Amino acid sequence: MTEATAGTRYRSPRAIAWARRRASWSSSWGIFRKQRSGIAGVIILAFFIVVALVSPLIWPASDLDVSQATGPILAPPSWAYPLGTDYLGRSVLTLICWGARVSLIVGLAATAISMVIGTLVGIASGHYKGLIGAGLERLTDWFLVIPFLPLAVVLATILGPTLQNVIVVIGITSWPGTARIVRAQTLSVGARPYLERAKALGAGDWHQMRRHVLPNVMPLVLANTTLTVAVAILSETTLAFLGLGPSDKVSWGSILEDVFQNAGISQGAWWWLLPPGLCVVLVVLAFTLVGRALEVVVDPRMRER
Amino acid sequence: MSELLELQDLSVTYRTSEGPVPAVRDVSFTLPAGRSLGVAGESGCGKSTLAAAVLRLLPASATLGGRILLNGEDVLTMKFGRLRAVRWGAASIVFQGALHSLNPVQRVGDQIAEPILVHDRKATTGSARKRVAELLTQVGLPPRLASSYPHQMSGGQKQRVMIAMALACKPQLVIADEPTTALDVMVQAQVLDLLTSLVRELGLGLVIISHDLSVLGTTCDELMVMYAGRVVEHGPAREVLGQPTHPYTRALAAAFPTIGDPSSRFAPSGLPGDPPFPGDLPPGCPFHPRCPSAIEACSQRPVELEQVSPGRTAACLLVEARP
Amino acid sequence: MSETEVRESLMAATTSAVPVLEARGLSVRFRGRGGGVANAVDGVDLAIAPGEIVALAGESGCGKTTLARTLLGLVPPAQGEVRFQGKALKSSRRALRAYRRRVQLVLQDPTGSLNPRHTVYEAVAEGLRIHRVRGNEEQLVAEALSRAGLRPPERYFLRYPHELSGGQRQRVVIAGALVLQPEVLVADEPVSSLDASVRGEILALLLKLRDELGLSVLVVTHDLGLAWNIADRLAVMYLGRVVEVGPTEDVLRDPQHPYTRALLSVVPEIDQMEPMVLQGEPPDPTRIPSGCRFHPRCPSAVERCARDPLPVIPVGAGHTAACWFADPERRAFTDS
Repeated sequence: MTEATAGTRYRSPRAIAWARRRASWSSSWGIFRKQRSGIAGVIILAFFIVVALVSPLIWPASDLDVSQATGPILAPPSWAYPLGTDYLGRSVLTLICWGARVSLIVGLAATAISMVIGTLVGIASGHYKGLIGAGLERLTDWFLVIPFLPLAVVLATILGPTLQNVIVVIGITSWPGTARIVRAQTLSVGARPYLERAKALGAGDWHQMRRHVLPNVMPLVLANTTLTVAVAILSETTLAFLGLGPSDKVSWGSILEDVFQNAGISQGAWWWLLPPGLCVVLVVLAFTLVGRALEVVVDPRMRER
Repeated sequence: MSELLELQDLSVTYRTSEGPVPAVRDVSFTLPAGRSLGVAGESGCGKSTLAAAVLRLLPASATLGGRILLNGEDVLTMKFGRLRAVRWGAASIVFQGALHSLNPVQRVGDQIAEPILVHDRKATTGSARKRVAELLTQVGLPPRLASSYPHQMSGGQKQRVMIAMALACKPQLVIADEPTTALDVMVQAQVLDLLTSLVRELGLGLVIISHDLSVLGTTCDELMVMYAGRVVEHGPAREVLGQPTHPYTRALAAAFPTIGDPSSRFAPSGLPGDPPFPGDLPPGCPFHPRCPSAIEACSQRPVELEQVSPGRTAACLLVEARP
Repeated sequence: MSETEVRESLMAATTSAVPVLEARGLSVRFRGRGGGVANAVDGVDLAIAPGEIVALAGESGCGKTTLARTLLGLVPPAQGEVRFQGKALKSSRRALRAYRRRVQLVLQDPTGSLNPRHTVYEAVAEGLRIHRVRGNEEQLVAEALSRAGLRPPERYFLRYPHELSGGQRQRVVIAGALVLQPEVLVADEPVSSLDASVRGEILALLLKLRDELGLSVLVVTHDLGLAWNIADRLAVMYLGRVVEVGPTEDVLRDPQHPYTRALLSVVPEIDQMEPMVLQGEPPDPTRIPSGCRFHPRCPSAVERCARDPLPVIPVGAGHTAACWFADPERRAFTDS
């Protein structure tokens, strides 16, 4: 086994590797911390995540049940109902908090799907030359070009309006953006000398992609992911607003749908209309700010100057 | 009549988060018009900092000491308006990495014309175009190349374009920072020939910075060797190259063996270790950790430049000073 | 293998005279920028004997880098074959993988050659992991680092490339190649991006590896001084062909081809020759001149140089040049 050099405690390579990883994370955090917009985004997100997690404990699901709504219809904000009530007498505050759950879940799950597909397709299309690479690139372009809304409408209609299907629909319509970024990065990494060295050492495609391309692509994907979540949440809101979301789940989009379907605006129920829209804006803004701060962490060129 | 360029105890220190880093320390030399000086050294020796300092092109984190006299005027105390006129009008630089310094989306002729139009308010595009054609011919390129883009040209052609750009405003001093690195040996010879002929024809003062000692030895009149920000040897080029007195110069010269010399056959010579980082210098002579002839005194006393023969100086304890 | 065993097998190999690595009639073609076909390598016969250091010299665009990569199996040849220890190299994936253990590559830029996210240990162990070599990985990595001159090796295990100097990085790359115990090392400009005072050490290392391990080295370089320093034989390339080849002393002291003479004359480290600066630059490999490809720039060209094509210099002929004006015993072909 290796001998310790005089004066240092012997640590196994793994321990030292972990120590280094921790050190690099803490330095990344230090850079992130300096981006005030990023911190603001994190605070807003933390707030909404806490709300989403905590709401079932404070307001039981029965509060959403239409048949059990006891409040006055379309009442403006009061002490009993801080954000007023909707057209069925349910507290808008409860609706918003519960809606946060659905919006965030759909946003995160759809992004996870999109990220996985996008990364795989992006790396493969950038790495493999010839038919596979060209074919995947064309596939990406094809999906990119198809307008989101008509495709989403068609898919949602075919598959049926359940939560899972909404997640799937958003996932498979948003992966091309990630795939293109990943592909560009894969091509750039592929041109670097250490990849040629790996080939000369005898590395197969799998080794090259796993050990060299993926670690270099992941930071970019991470920064891109937060932006994708923002888009996914917006997409979910849109689909729900159009009535394509699950009818039994409350989300911010479905609240807005209810407002429009039940002439909430002309009845002057601003407390019903504003909060869901505002929440969507805040969450999307928060993810965008975090995403941009992450980009600064990831790309050293954007740091100074 | 004052010399074209005179440096008096120039020092450049960078302020960094880890403390001050002395990149250049007490460098002095004079260069008359029509002569060429070669500055040799490796990474960290301060040669590029020196080049940028002459036109005050260093970042704000750099503190400069000493004087830089261009035709008798101190560049370091010039007002900004005068400095602007001096930059490119009296002295210009051919930057390192010229091959990447050209704007890829602009035609080469427009890039050469830019300094002309900036400096001469009476210049018109027509007169600028004529001057560009003149410059291209002067550097050995056909004038029609003015309408090409950089990616359509070879490395040697791009380097010539950079030289043409440096000559645009008829400067008296040209500083070329690593003008032949990354060029093939044949193209290198062409570019060096061009520089020598320009010095002769236009009476320019030329400073060439390079890590290739033999290139400087054959092209320049005088040779100055730098290590860790200090001048370690200075004298007529052929003499310094042929009979180096400082151990570092000897090592640098030996790194480029004379072809045909049996003593270097299968005997590559190099120094152990690496050139020092200027923020982290050892005590005494900065070269002593790598020096094959170091004695104990080398790590204790700082070493000054002493004259070893008329016109030659060296900074080494083992070389006898003969004033 | 112990050192005496190495030397004995080396002597046996040299007397059996089977070159360890050989190019036979090799041609490599690329699609050029304007759509034409670029003959990057246009017919090359080159042999490297066991324990020999061969320098491949020429300007950029002459095809030396492409030739090196074809010998490594990284680029498929359009014509001809690569032979390893007498047997032709097959292009199947399995054959190439097995081949990669025997012939390794050292690239020009040590900073770019190492993945900045991998430690030195991981960089050197990569080859072992790819080929699933059995044995104590840590010990093999330590040995390779020691051989490359980084001692004590444990101190370097957890360093990252950006913490090392240029010379140390190049040693790590060499260690990564040595860990697979190859028979041939192909080094593409191994010292051109290093500081001048550091070069000698890396070149001395290559010589030491040749002496201790019997490693053959093919050094691709534009620097004739480097060839003088460490190469046994020198091959000069121009526009895809070898124009002169032979023992280094012979080629550099008594160059027979006008191109070699011109190259030598402009090297600043040469005093005795009148500099013969050629005009212009080597032409595009998509438009190779007829006859002798060097004739448009040759100061001694006559009519037959443009007219009569020259054959490829064969292997094993000693000091030979592809030129009508070379000494008759040094000419690659007979006068017809």
